[in-house]
This record gives sequence, structure tokens and C-alpha cells, in this order.
Amino acid sequence: MSENPSTTSAGETSMDRRRRTKLRLNASMVIGAVLIFVIVALALVSFVWTPYDPSVVDPVARLQAASPEHLFGTDKFGRDTLTWIMYGARITLMVGIVAVGIAVLIGTPIGIIAAVFAQYPWGVWLSAVIMRANDILLAFPALLLAIVFAAVYQPGTGPAMVAVGIAAIPGFARVARSGTMQVLGSEYVRAAKASNRSAPAIAIVHVLPNIAGMVIVQASVAFAISVLAEAGLSFLGLGTQAPVPSWGRMLQESQQFLSTQPELALWPGLFIALAVLGFNLLGDGLRDRFDPKMEARGNG
Amino acid sequence: MAENLLEVRDLTITPAGAEAPVLHDVSLSLAPGERVGLIGESGSGKSLTAQSVMGLLPEELRAQGTVSLHGFAGNVLEAKEKTLAKMRSDLVSMVFQEPMSALNPLMRIGDQIAEVLRIHGEVARGDIPGRVLDLLTSVHMPDPDSARYAYPHQMSGGQRQRAMLAIALANSPRLLICDEPTTALDVTVQKHMLDLIAERVAAVQAGLLFITHDLAVVAGVCDRVIVMYAGRIVETGSVHQIFTDPQHEYTRGLLASSDLEATDAHGKLFTLKTALSYAGPVDGAGSGEMPGHTNEAEPVNEAEPVKADSTAAGGPADVRDPASASARETGAADESAPLIDVSGVSKHFRSRGLLRRRSPVRALDDISFSVTSGQRLGIVGESGSGKSTLLTILSGLDRPTSGRVRVGDIRVESASAPALRSLREDLQIVFQDPFASLDPRMRVEDIVSEPLTARGMAREERLARVEEMLLAVDLDTKAMRRYPHQFSGGQRQRISIARALVTRPQILVADEPVSALDVSVRSQVLNLLTDLVDDYALTLLFVSHDLGVVKHLCSDVIVMKDGHIVESGATEDIYANPREDYTRKLIAATPSLAGALASIT
Repeated sequence: MSENPSTTSAGETSMDRRRRTKLRLNASMVIGAVLIFVIVALALVSFVWTPYDPSVVDPVARLQAASPEHLFGTDKFGRDTLTWIMYGARITLMVGIVAVGIAVLIGTPIGIIAAVFAQYPWGVWLSAVIMRANDILLAFPALLLAIVFAAVYQPGTGPAMVAVGIAAIPGFARVARSGTMQVLGSEYVRAAKASNRSAPAIAIVHVLPNIAGMVIVQASVAFAISVLAEAGLSFLGLGTQAPVPSWGRMLQESQQFLSTQPELALWPGLFIALAVLGFNLLGDGLRDRFDPKMEARGNG
Repeated sequence: MAENLLEVRDLTITPAGAEAPVLHDVSLSLAPGERVGLIGESGSGKSLTAQSVMGLLPEELRAQGTVSLHGFAGNVLEAKEKTLAKMRSDLVSMVFQEPMSALNPLMRIGDQIAEVLRIHGEVARGDIPGRVLDLLTSVHMPDPDSARYAYPHQMSGGQRQRAMLAIALANSPRLLICDEPTTALDVTVQKHMLDLIAERVAAVQAGLLFITHDLAVVAGVCDRVIVMYAGRIVETGSVHQIFTDPQHEYTRGLLASSDLEATDAHGKLFTLKTALSYAGPVDGAGSGEMPGHTNEAEPVNEAEPVKADSTAAGGPADVRDPASASARETGAADESAPLIDVSGVSKHFRSRGLLRRRSPVRALDDISFSVTSGQRLGIVGESGSGKSTLLTILSGLDRPTSGRVRVGDIRVESASAPALRSLREDLQIVFQDPFASLDPRMRVEDIVSEPLTARGMAREERLARVEEMLLAVDLDTKAMRRYPHQFSGGQRQRISIARALVTRPQILVADEPVSALDVSVRSQVLNLLTDLVDDYALTLLFVSHDLGVVKHLCSDVIVMKDGHIVESGATEDIYANPREDYTRKLIAATPSLAGALASIT
């Protein structure tokens, strides 16, 4: 049976589809992108300018509410909350980038290799071993891994990032594997084989570009998870250490003033929520664009 | 004017955000019980028209005009989803192109039919099983009793489409819409399906709107034909009038390019373009493309001398008995030794069942034949006959379970990796589906040059070769920087052909290269293939389920069924006196214009 019966209809339907998916560049994607832009902008501006120096302690101005001088108020040492939020955005983004980077760079090749091996009679068991090892990793909670890392090394941003990254590997491996299997079954890969292309060349030239969409979607969701994980780890004291500003630690420090100065918890909490929401919305929007199943929906 | 069953007035459809409508002022009507064919190539708007009638237009499209149905109050285009659902249950139903995706894979066939009856609610609960059985019997389902308990994947394509028809007719709709219902089916099944649709529609006295791109298909089914082109209706008339006296240029072109038995002065199939220049009623070749002016038998004879010519060019072109071709020594240089020699090839697939006792599927069983250099061999058979498996083995993409395959001086079944590489320099493939065989994320220049890249050729030289090849397949060199989705089906198949020929192979293997194309484009691609095979002195292996195509293109033919070779020989002989019943059946089932016309007069 032909793999893709709906495609016989016409070239222009696929163009229609493309246009339609573009129209669906929908609200969720736009909102997500805007939120992320705001956070990235905060982080970038913090390199050039912040309202105050984050490390300057001002006992006179401690625990102030929002005012023209301190838009978001101040903490127990009189440090400006807005400044800390801006600095915190750096850590948040860095953790996300490094953790997702680790996961993409390790997970994606694992998935592709597993799928390619599975094609050969000699590679079926090898592929199975890779994927089962992957499943074992999947069963390991990121937080537990981070606690182990913090215990073995020192608690800090570095080990936290690596732990979160490693925990995200299995997701990428699975997405890459299923995407690769789809691509390898396609006629254009058969054509490439008939053109004498080697397996590595096919993996790079055909598989990678065609699974990129799925990997990007996964990356944006993983980014949201790692932002949350970093905040959680810092909250527990296993992530970013004082005096480096971090949203998770701000949240933790605000606990003791929750009844008197709830604003202190509000700002870091709000920004964590916005960052996570932003990446999740972006992921949803991207999925609409890249997921073949969603694409097929509008096919006439 | 009596009350029409369906009345479409000035239907104009515009995509949201676009200026130009994709459907312009389409008006058509259908009397109760009338059977109308809606013909056009892909993109002509025929499916959109049908979807508007069903109230199934995608939301992104804005529709203006009126669609009214007898028994439905108001304009379908403006109706609420709830009333539309009722309409679809009572008045209109549809049979889709691909029965596998239109049926629920997790539900038994009987349950799917019962569901439709239950929702409609006119049949008492207790009577539903009986009614399901009646319906399955009425669509001539083999063994209807046990078919009720079958899942879609356990059925053949034809059976699935029968089940679809049973579902569509379950509630005795007033209007049945069939959207290319036989395009995904084998020729032999297609004929039965068409007869069945005509029979059932007549039996329940429903109107029929039959959508297709193939003129030859409508003749037996419809009374009237509506021809659509580029979003407009260009011509309406009775089947007889459209076939014998088409008014519009496009209809004439479609008619001419549908006719694989007629060729123009250069021995080429007619295309939309050349048909216009041969449209004059006094032109000799013109009468060939339009049977009915003189008599029906003539066009076949007219094409004959051209065919004989091409056969002569093929040299001593007979499919040889493998026993006589025992010379398997390396030495392809010898002119008389066959270029391809297949002997005793079998391929068994072990079906992986967890519980079921697995018996190997014999996709190929003891296949032997040989092909001499320059020969054009057609391999014909319906799906499941093993013809595609045979190609995969020939091209070294898969290995046979047993038997020997020699291409040139390479023993394919036991070839080492380097030997396979050199085989692929000489043997290239054109795949069936031009939408699936081109990587959507690659530029045309990279797609076409892929075999050269694999060979390690320098970029400059590669691009020069690609340019040359694109010109050879009548594509603009501007195409190089574009992506596949920017091309139509026919253009994509040209790209696919360019990729296959860019290494200058000796052998070209084509796996149903025109079956996914519109009739109007089909003849262009076939003409191109013919030219290229001549220019590059290729040996051609052409796999198809369409005997008409093979007859035009190939000097010799092998007929396959269930992994066996049923019959083989020169194309002319096989057509003139088929020895086997199966071949006769295949020939009879192939839709042809002459046959279609004969059936209506």
C-alpha cells in the first residue's frame, strides 16, 4: 500500500496546507514568543544596565514596598528586587540553554543511531539495548539526580544544569528515534540508497533536517521543564548559590516574610511562571506547525 | 424546471487572506436519480465543490453562493453544523478515495455500518444486525456473514471500498458523492467497483456525483459530465456528447491525453498542448484521438506502425527462457548476452505474528526472465503480485531468499558493498509517488545531484550536470534553487527522472512512475520517458498496473500474479492473443476511451 495516499491529490494542496499552518501561527505561539522575548530582553539589558548594583546592601531601604525608586520593592538586605529579577533571568536562561543543549546534543544522536541500527539484522539487538538503557535513565527523576550530583560534587549552578540536562536526554532520544524511523521508511530515503548514499550521509542529509521540527518542539518543552527544575533546585539550596541572583533562591528567601511582605514572593514566582508558560506556549505553537498529524487535519 | 435534487448557484470560494478565488461562479444541478461525473485535474476545484455540497469546507475558506438540496431547508453553505449533521445522515453521503484511512481501523466492519444505522435511528435496534448483513450482501461482499467481524486491515482494498459503499448507502441517501473512489484500487477491482456503484445507485434511486480525473472511468457510470478547469466549469454535456463532440479546448485536450492508443504525427502521445493543434475535425490524427468521427476500431490500427518501429529499435527483443540463457559468465560486453538475467528468484517474507502460526508470504516464487540491452520491458500485475519486490531485488535494495540475479557482470544477490555501488551507477530507479520520493527539505539541485555527491564529484561539475539534466527533462534551470513543494506532480516526476538519469545509467527502472499523476500530465511524462530512453540508449524496466501505459511504452511485457510470471512475450502478441485468463481479465479491465465509448453507444 502506498505510504501516503492523501498526497496524490496535488502539489497545491501541500502549499495550501503550508499557508494554512502559517495562518495558524496562532495566539499561543505569539504569546509564548512575546513572553520569552521579554525575559531574554531583561537578561540582555542586565549586562548593560540595572537600576541598582545587585550586591549593594542598603539597610535603610530594606523590605520596602513598590515605589518609584524601587519598582518591585526591596528585600531584607535592601537590595532592589527588579535588579535581582533581571540578573536572575540570566541564570534561568543559561540553565535552560545548557541543560537543553546537553540533552539535544546527546539525546538526538542516540535516537538517530538507534533507529538506523534497527534497520540492519545485526543492529536490532543493539538498538534495543540503547533504547532500554534510555528507558532506565527516563525512570530516574531529575531532582534525585541533581541531589546526587550536589552531594558528590558541590551544590551549584553547574551540577544542577548537567543533572537537568541528563534527565532530559531520554525524551530527545525517543523523539529522534521515532522521527528517524519515519524518515527512513520514506521513499526519498530509498531513492537516496539507490543513489549510493551511505547510512551516515543519509542520517545527516535527510534525517536531521526532517526531524528538526520535532526536536525543536521537544526542546522548547524541555526548556520550560529545566527552568522549573532550576528554580526548584535553587529553592532547595541545591542549585545556584548565594550571592548569585536566582529566581528560585529569591523565592526561598521570601518565605519568612510571606505574611508581612508577600510582594517578595510574588515577583520571582510570577517570572518563573511566565517563563515556563512562555516556553510551553511556544512549544504548543511549534507543534502545530511541525507535527505531521496536525498538518494532515486540514487536508482536503 | 422540475425540482432538482441538488442546485448549486454561483459558488465562489476564496481562501482567507487571498484575493483570488479558487472556485469561480460554479453552478450546477442534479435531477433526482441523475448520475453526474465531475471531471478535472487536481487543483481544478472538483473536490472543493463536493465538500461544499457536504458542508465540509475547511474553515479557512470563505464560500459565497447557494447550495440547496431537495429536502433541506435553506443554504447548505450557511447552515449550522447541527442541521448539517442531520443532512449528512438523511440526504447526502460520501465515498472517499482511500478506504483504509476513511474506515476506523479499530472497529469491526459490521459495527461501523451498525453505527451509521444507529445514529440515523430509523431502523429498530433489533433489526440492525440483519440490515448490516443485507447491506454487505448488496455490495457483493464475499462472505458477508464473516465480513461483519473483520477489521479493515484484514480486507483487501476492494473489499474495504465495498464496505465504505455499504456505509454510505446504509441510510438510503438521496445523493451519493464519490470522490475518486477507484483511484487507489487495482484495475481489475476498479471495473467491479464502478459497476457496483452504478448498480447500487440505480437500485436505491439516488443521485450520484462522481468525481474523477480520468475520463475513461466515468463513461460506464454517469449520464452527464461536468468538466472543471482552474476553478471554473468549462463544459457540461451528456457523456456521449463530451466524448464525441467536445466543445471546449480543455475537454478536447483531456480526451486526447486520456487516449493512450492514439499518437500524433511524431509518434507521441497527445498532451494538452499538442491536442489543441490536432483538434481540427479533418485532421487524420485528430480523428484518432477522438473516436466516433469515423469508427471506434480505427485508432488502434493507426498507432500500430509507430509501435512496430520502436520494437525494431529494441533489437532482438523477446523475453527469453532462462534455461537457454544459461550463459552466466561475466561478459556484458557481448551484445547477444542478456544485460539482466534473473533465474529462479524467490522472496519470502516471514510475517511476524505473536499468536498466529506464521507461514511465510511468498512475494516472489521462482521468477526467471532476462532482458537484453536496449530492451523495454514492462512488468504488469495488480498490487500484491510482487512486481515492486522484484524491482527492489533487481536494484540491490533487498536480497532474494533464493535464486540468482545478474545485472551486467554483477551478481546482485551476493554482491559486496562496492559491487552494489557500481551496480547503482548503472541502474537507477524512478519511484512511484513524486510527492514522497523527493526530500521536502532539500533544494532541487541537491536532490538531483545526490547520486553524484555520493560519488564524490566536485560541486561545480555536479551543478553543470544537474543543469544539463534539468534541461533534458524540460525544466527551467531556475528550478535548481527551489524546493519540491513548489512544483506540481508532473514537474516533480521530471525531477525524479532527472535524478535517476544524472549518473548516465544504462538501465532505468521505473516503478509506476505515472500512476500518481493526472491523466493530462501522464502523457507528457510518458513522452519524456520515451524520448530519454531513446536519447540515452537506456534499457527500461517499467512496472505498472496500467496495461495501456505499458502497451504504449514497452516492446515486451511480463504479466505477474501472486509472485509468479503468468505470461510473457512481445507486447503486441500478448495484447492480440493473450494465452492466459488472467491476462485477458487485465486487458478487459483496463479502462480505455474506445472501450468507454463502445459501452455508451
